[in-house]
Amino acid sequence: MIRVQEQDFDIGAEIAGLKAGRTDIGAIVSFIGTVRDQDDNVSGMTLEHYPGMTEAELTKIETDAHARWPLQASLIVHRVGALKPGDNIVLVVTASAHREAAFDAAKFLMDYLKTSAPFWKRESSPSGDRWVEAKAGDEAAAARWRASKDAAG
Amino acid sequence: MRLLYFAWVKEKTGIAAEEVALPDDVATVGELIAWLKTRGPEYANAFERDEVIRAAIDQTHARHDAPIRGATEIAFFPPVTGG
Repeated sequence: MIRVQEQDFDIGAEIAGLKAGRTDIGAIVSFIGTVRDQDDNVSGMTLEHYPGMTEAELTKIETDAHARWPLQASLIVHRVGALKPGDNIVLVVTASAHREAAFDAAKFLMDYLKTSAPFWKRESSPSGDRWVEAKAGDEAAAARWRASKDAAG
Repeated sequence: MRLLYFAWVKEKTGIAAEEVALPDDVATVGELIAWLKTRGPEYANAFERDEVIRAAIDQTHARHDAPIRGATEIAFFPPVTGG
């Protein structure tokens, strides 16, 4: 399941909802990305996105993860709008029978989300606003999954 | 055809969306970018570093050599920075 929303999320409630009524899950992995005040210089952040394409990309990434690993359930929640340092940005939860699939799939979801989901961060600081630049390391992280899939045939 | 701009591409063009009638010889994303650059200084500025501009055709990522024939919506934006 995927959601794009302005409001915050509650990881406990989200995981409880994911588990509700099921006993086939043996491992749950969660990741939360938060707004970091880099060098004590970020006073706020605005998340812009491409409504429609965002949901389509997140759904595609989630479908890809379910095709690669035996997942019982998964969840991606990404916030948009105005955020402050310390605020939650993104939640990824994966559930599987065993931990390996849940760990790997959670990392896969984040690596792909960071390079293909159409979100853009704008940071505010005392010296003005700036668009956050994409990191080459994020592209390399996503590329590693493509390489491992090719190697696996 | 509907064009959408996001993040600093939107700031530089000064608009979020517009409808355009394209010349017949504009066949790919790259040719569309080249045509947009001729439409004024704000477009020339927005698409100056065209190698960093990402595009989507009908909400799917597209390379600069992708054909645009039949598309209803083409979006231009910087590399994504979510997560």
